[in-house]
Amino acid sequence: MNPTPSQTVGPFYGYALPFPGGGDLATGGIAVHGYVYDGAGDPVPDALLEFWQADEHGSLAGAPGTLRRDPTNGAILGRDGVRFTGFGRVATDLDGHWTLRTVVPPNGYISVCVFARGLLHHLFTRIYLGQDAFLDSLPPERRQTLVAAEEREGVYRFDIHLQGEKETVFLDFG
Amino acid sequence: MSEPLKQADIDQEIAARAGEPGDHPARDYAPYRSTLLRHPKQPLVAIKDPEAAELTGPVFGVSDVTPFDNDLTKQHLGEPLGERITVRGRVLDRQGRPVRGQLVEIWQANSAGRYLHQRDDHPAPLDPNFTGVGRCLTDDDGNYLFTTIKPGPYPWRNHLNAWRPAHIHFSLFGTAFTQRLVTQMYFPGDPLFPYDPIMQSVTDERARQRLIADYVHDLSEPEFSLGYRWDIVLDGPTATWMEEGR
Ligand SMILES: [Fe+2]
Repeated sequence: MNPTPSQTVGPFYGYALPFPGGGDLATGGIAVHGYVYDGAGDPVPDALLEFWQADEHGSLAGAPGTLRRDPTNGAILGRDGVRFTGFGRVATDLDGHWTLRTVVPPNGYISVCVFARGLLHHLFTRIYLGQDAFLDSLPPERRQTLVAAEEREGVYRFDIHLQGEKETVFLDFG
Repeated sequence: MSEPLKQADIDQEIAARAGEPGDHPARDYAPYRSTLLRHPKQPLVAIKDPEAAELTGPVFGVSDVTPFDNDLTKQHLGEPLGERITVRGRVLDRQGRPVRGQLVEIWQANSAGRYLHQRDDHPAPLDPNFTGVGRCLTDDDGNYLFTTIKPGPYPWRNHLNAWRPAHIHFSLFGTAFTQRLVTQMYFPGDPLFPYDPIMQSVTDERARQRLIADYVHDLSEPEFSLGYRWDIVLDGPTATWMEEGR
């Protein structure tokens, strides 16, 4: 069957998609943060990032409960802090910044899906936290766009450039 | 100051790209001006790894939604103004298999074409009884259902006199992260279709038709609501698909 086409997320998803604690997959692990930039080098204040990753033992089974709700008033309670759901969602701030708190998956990378106003079809990339054969297959000047830089112990920086000289490597899964 | 872009300028640009094949819009679709600085210029890098994490994906459960989430007319003390509708359909993968128990999220303008959002300054009234946000999980056959009101068209600033056709934004998950989809559903017969660079970014006519819901009279509820049907097919490989040696 032919797929339903993609359309931009637009600017007005704010009441629908982001939720409190969306970037807090786990405590006591690492923090990854950065900016999203456009082709002029300006920060993108209305991007939405989603994250998917294995737990610290390598399981990709995930778990429900990312959006766990309060049955009394419907408010979002979020993750229970015990089950690792593997899924995160963060809207960039007005300055284009985002933060994710999680654990290091044994396969060494966190999958990222990028949505934004002006982006008609989402983009996939990966945050690598160490060396990897896939990284070795890329030209050296592009490889670094996928590697998170350790700023201090447990805190990594990962910027996403949608376009331009430092353009991030985006992925095609076929 | 340069002359503001007119609809006629955008019409010409849309015509120049019309008919380009493809199921999805090209990211470098200039008639939608916000794409200019927000699309990559390097080609995407292919990953053909049967172990890729993206061949699996997030899961959701009954605790992630409430029974009221899929009725956007029942989220406040009063009922919203507008034409009450139901929108239903199935979420399928490219093999036609239902996507079961997955999260469907929607958001939309109110019947006057205004979003509840601080950045929406269109001078149309807000509706105190309408947030315009819904969620549900698909059932075992991949069905979803929302009760809402028909959103109004609204102006935007892509060019002078730019108006979006009425639409509902949809967000969908499959069984793999690669199947993730965010899109927009349109209503049949909207006279704004040819003027809208976002809808026309799907340059393939048959693909574009797949963004338009059907009005189905048998799905209308007497003296209550008008019924629309819109099935959604998710793209992208899954773990089982890879095993089958696609
Ligand atoms: Fe919209």
